[in-house]
Amino acid sequence: MMQSNLLLIALVLPLLAVPGILLARQRPNLREAISLLTGVALFIVNLFLYRLGEGGVVLVEILPRLAISLELQPLGLLFGLVASALWPITTLYAIGYMRGHGEDNQTRFYVFFAVAIAAVMGLAYAGNLFTLFVFYEIVTFSTYPLVTHAGTEKALKGGRTYLSLLLGTSIVFFIPAMIGTWFFAGTLEFQPGGVFGDEVSPLVLSVLLVLFAFGIGKAALMPFHRWLPAAMVAPTPVSALLHAVAVVKAGVFSVVTVVVYIFGIDTVAKLPITPFLVYLASASILLASLVAMRQDNFKSRLAYSTVSQLGYITLGAFLASQAAIAGSLLHIVMHAFGKITLFFCAGAIYVAHHKSQVSEFDGMGRVMPVTFIAFTLGALSIIGLPPLGGVWSKWFLMMGALDSGYIVVLAVLSISSLLNIVYLLEIPPRAFLKPAPEGATLQEARSSSVLAMVITALMCIALFVYGGDLYDFIRSARLT
Amino acid sequence: MLNHFAVLQVVVPLLAAPACLILERARAAWLFACLACLLSLGISIVLFMQVQASGPISYALGGWDAPWGIEYRIDALSSFVLLLINLVAVAVVIAANSSLAAELPEPRHSPFYVLLLLCLAGLLGIVATGDVFNVFVFLEISSLATYALVALGRDRRALFAAYQYLIVGTIGATFFLIGIGFLYSLTGTLNMADLAQRLPGLEEKRLVAAAFGFIVIGIAMKLALFPLHGWLPDAYTHAPSMATAFLAASATKVALYLFIRMYFDVLGHEAVNALFPVGTLFLVLGSAAVLLASLAAIRQDNVKRIFALSSVGQIGYLVIGVGLSSALGLQAALLHLFNHALIKAALFIAVAAVICRVGGSRLEDFRGLGRAMPWTMGALVIGALSLIGVPLTAGFVSKWFLVLAAMEAGMWPLVALVLIGSFIALFYVWRIVEVAYFQQREAVAVGEAPLMLLIPLWVMALANLYFGIDTSLTVGGSEQAANFLMGGRP
Repeated sequence: MMQSNLLLIALVLPLLAVPGILLARQRPNLREAISLLTGVALFIVNLFLYRLGEGGVVLVEILPRLAISLELQPLGLLFGLVASALWPITTLYAIGYMRGHGEDNQTRFYVFFAVAIAAVMGLAYAGNLFTLFVFYEIVTFSTYPLVTHAGTEKALKGGRTYLSLLLGTSIVFFIPAMIGTWFFAGTLEFQPGGVFGDEVSPLVLSVLLVLFAFGIGKAALMPFHRWLPAAMVAPTPVSALLHAVAVVKAGVFSVVTVVVYIFGIDTVAKLPITPFLVYLASASILLASLVAMRQDNFKSRLAYSTVSQLGYITLGAFLASQAAIAGSLLHIVMHAFGKITLFFCAGAIYVAHHKSQVSEFDGMGRVMPVTFIAFTLGALSIIGLPPLGGVWSKWFLMMGALDSGYIVVLAVLSISSLLNIVYLLEIPPRAFLKPAPEGATLQEARSSSVLAMVITALMCIALFVYGGDLYDFIRSARLT
Repeated sequence: MLNHFAVLQVVVPLLAAPACLILERARAAWLFACLACLLSLGISIVLFMQVQASGPISYALGGWDAPWGIEYRIDALSSFVLLLINLVAVAVVIAANSSLAAELPEPRHSPFYVLLLLCLAGLLGIVATGDVFNVFVFLEISSLATYALVALGRDRRALFAAYQYLIVGTIGATFFLIGIGFLYSLTGTLNMADLAQRLPGLEEKRLVAAAFGFIVIGIAMKLALFPLHGWLPDAYTHAPSMATAFLAASATKVALYLFIRMYFDVLGHEAVNALFPVGTLFLVLGSAAVLLASLAAIRQDNVKRIFALSSVGQIGYLVIGVGLSSALGLQAALLHLFNHALIKAALFIAVAAVICRVGGSRLEDFRGLGRAMPWTMGALVIGALSLIGVPLTAGFVSKWFLVLAAMEAGMWPLVALVLIGSFIALFYVWRIVEVAYFQQREAVAVGEAPLMLLIPLWVMALANLYFGIDTSLTVGGSEQAANFLMGGRP
C-alpha cells in the first residue's frame, strides 16, 4: 500500500508545484523557492521508495489488458533517483542562469520544467510498455516549449526538428513496435525475462527489436540523432537537465527496459539481428565522437558527445549480458553527473562572459577557475578515468563485451575514450595555460550556479568511491 | 408511447423544423431548436437502453407490416449511431446562437435552425429505417437541407460550393436510387431484412453486382470517398461554421453507416466480394484518401479547409476498416466513426469560436490566440491530439484497433500507412499550434469566446479525453455491433 501511495506522490508532486509556480509568478523568489522545495521533496520521496522496495499500482485500465500502471523496480528506481536528485540542483543553477541572462517568460520555463520532471517520474516507474510510451510522449510535448523558449526563428526551427524527429520516430516505429508486441505477446506488462513465448519467430522479434531501437528516438541512436544538437537552442539549464539527463536518459532507459523486461536479455543475445545493432551502436559512438571533435560551438560539441555516450548505454543493452546491462545502468548515472557538470560550465561561461565557442576559451581558466576545475572533473569522468565515477561503467561495459564475445567492441570503447580525451581535454590546457584575455578580471557566474556545478563535480568523485554500492544495488535487480 | 419511440426519433425533429419557421425571432427559434434536439437526444438514449436491454426494435409504420409497409428497425448499430448524431446535434445547436450572431445577419438565423432540424431528421431517418426506399427519401431530405445550409454561408463562394455539392449529391442520390430500382426489380421487395434473405438465392449475379455498383458509387459520393471528395473541402470551408461542425461530425458518418448497412447487412460482404473484390478496392481508395488528402491538408492556409481535408483523410481510415472485411476491422471503423465525430465536432466548434472573435479562419488569424483565447485553443489542442491519435485520447483507441485489424489481416503496409497518416496529421495540426502559441498577435486585443460556445466545445473536448480513458461504452458497443453485422448473416 505504502509503495503505491508513494509512487503516486512521486508522479503528482512535481505537478502540484505547477499551480504554486503560476500563483507566485509576480514574486520570483517565492516561485523559485517552490521549484526548489518541490525538487528536494521529490528526491526524498524517491529515497523512501528506495527504502521500501517493490510494489505497484494500476491507475486506469483503458482496454482489457492495457492499463496505465506504475510499478517500482530497481531499474526505474535508479533512473528516478538520478533525475530527482538532479532536478533541485538544476533549479539552483537555473536561478543563477535565468536571472543572470535576463530571460523572459521564466514562469513558463519553471512550469514546463516541473511537468517534464513529472513525466520522467512516470516513465521511470512505468509498470508496462504502454505507460512508458504515454509518459515518453508527455516528456516530448512538455519539453518542446523549453527548447523553443527563446521564441526566435532559430529556436522555432530547432524546436521543429526536435519535435518532428522525436514524434516521427515514435509514431512510425515505436507505436507499431508496441502494437506488434501486444499482438504477438498479448501483453505489455514488464516481466523479467521477457513477455514473448517460444512460438514467436526470431524474425518477428528481430523486426520488433529494430523498430524499438529506432522508435525510441530519445536514445539518439544514429541516424536519428539530429534532434539532440537541434535542441541546443534551449537555455542551458534545459540542455543540462533535459538533454544530458532527463530526456536522453529517458530514451536509453526505455531501451534497456525494453531489452530486459519485454524481450529478456537471453532472447536478445540470441537474435540474429543483435550483432547488427551492436555494430550500429558502436558506429554511433565513434561517428558522433568524430563529429564532436569538429564542433567549435561548445554546446554542439557536448551534444554530439552525448550522442556518443548514449551509444555506450544502447550498446550495453544490446550486448545483453548481466555485466553489460549493469554497465549500461551505471553509465546512465555516471554520464548524468558528468555531462550535467559540463553543461553547467558551458552555461556559466556564456552568462558571465558571453563566450560560446571553444576557440574563445583561451585563458578563461584564469578568469573562472572554479568553473574550469569543475569542467575538468566532469570531463575526466566522461572519459572514464579514475578517480571519477565514469571508470566503473566503462569497466563493466568492457566486461560485458568480453562476455558476449565482441572483441571489436573493446577496441571501439578504447578508441572512443581516446577521442573523448581529444575533444574534451583539449579545453583545460587552453583555458589554464594560455594567457588570460586582456582586461579580464576574476569573474565567476552567479553563486547559485557555481554552487550547483561544484556539487555535481564532487558527486562525480563520490560516485567513484561508492561505485561498488551502486553496482550491488543494480545486481539486486532481477534481470532474467 | 414507449413503443412509438422508433418513429418519434424521426418525427420530432421533422415536425420541429416547420415549427421553427413560424418562430421568426432568432432567439426563440434557437431555444425551440435546442429543446427539439434535447428531446431527440432523450429519445435516442431511451432507444439505446432499450436495445441494450431487449435486443433490436422493429416498428411497423402506420401499423402496416413489412414487406407492404415501412419498417423502422433499431438494432445495436443504429441505436449507437442515433445516439452519436443526437449528441453532436445538441452540442452544435447550443453553440449555434453565439456563432451565428457573429457570422450571419439576424433574418437568416431561423432558416438556419429550420434547415439544421430538417437535416437532422433526414440523417436520423436514414439510420432508423429498415426500408431502402425510405432511406432514399431521407437521404434527399437531409441532402436538400444540407445544400441550403451550405449556401447560407457568409460570402458568395458559399453559393458556388453549395452548387457543386448539389450536383454531386444529386448524382449520388440518383445512382443510389437506380441501385435500389435494380434490387426491387430482382426481388420485389424494398425491406432490408427481406432483401438480405432473397438476394443470396438469385441467379442474376451480374444484375446484383450492377445494383451494388450503383449503390456504392452513390453512397461514396455522399461519403466523399476519394476520388469523389471534390465537393467536400469547398462546402465545409464556406458553410456557416456551425453547419460545418454538424455536417463533419454527422453527415459523413451517416453515409458510412448506410454503407456498412448495405455492404454487410443487406448484400452480405462475402457474396459481394465473390462477384467483385470490393474489399481490396476500399483498401486502395481508403489508403489513397489518407495519404493524398492529408498531404493536401499540409499546404492549406485556411484552418477550416485544413480540417475539411483532414476529414477526407479520416474517411479513408473508416473505409479501410470496412474494407478489411473482418470483425476487428469493422469494429475499428465503427469506433472511429464515433471518435472522429467527437474530434471533428470539437475542432470545428473551436474554429467557429475563433471566427466568432477574430472574424476569419486563416492561419494568420490564429496568431497569438494561445494567450488571447486560452480555453478555445486548449480545446482545439485536445481535439488535435485526438485527431493525431495520441494515447489517452479517443483517437488513439480507434487507431489502435485499426492497426490491430491490419496486423490480424497480415497487411503490414497498411499498418505503416495508418501510422504515416498520423504523422502527417501531426504536421498540419502543428502548424496551427505553432502559430497560435509561438507567434505574437499585433494590434487589436481579442477576448475569449462566449460561454455558450465554450460549454459545448469543452464538453466535446472532454468527451475526447473521456472516451480515450474509459473505453467500455465505445469498445463494448462497437464490438457488439460488429459481431452482430458479421455473424448476423452467413
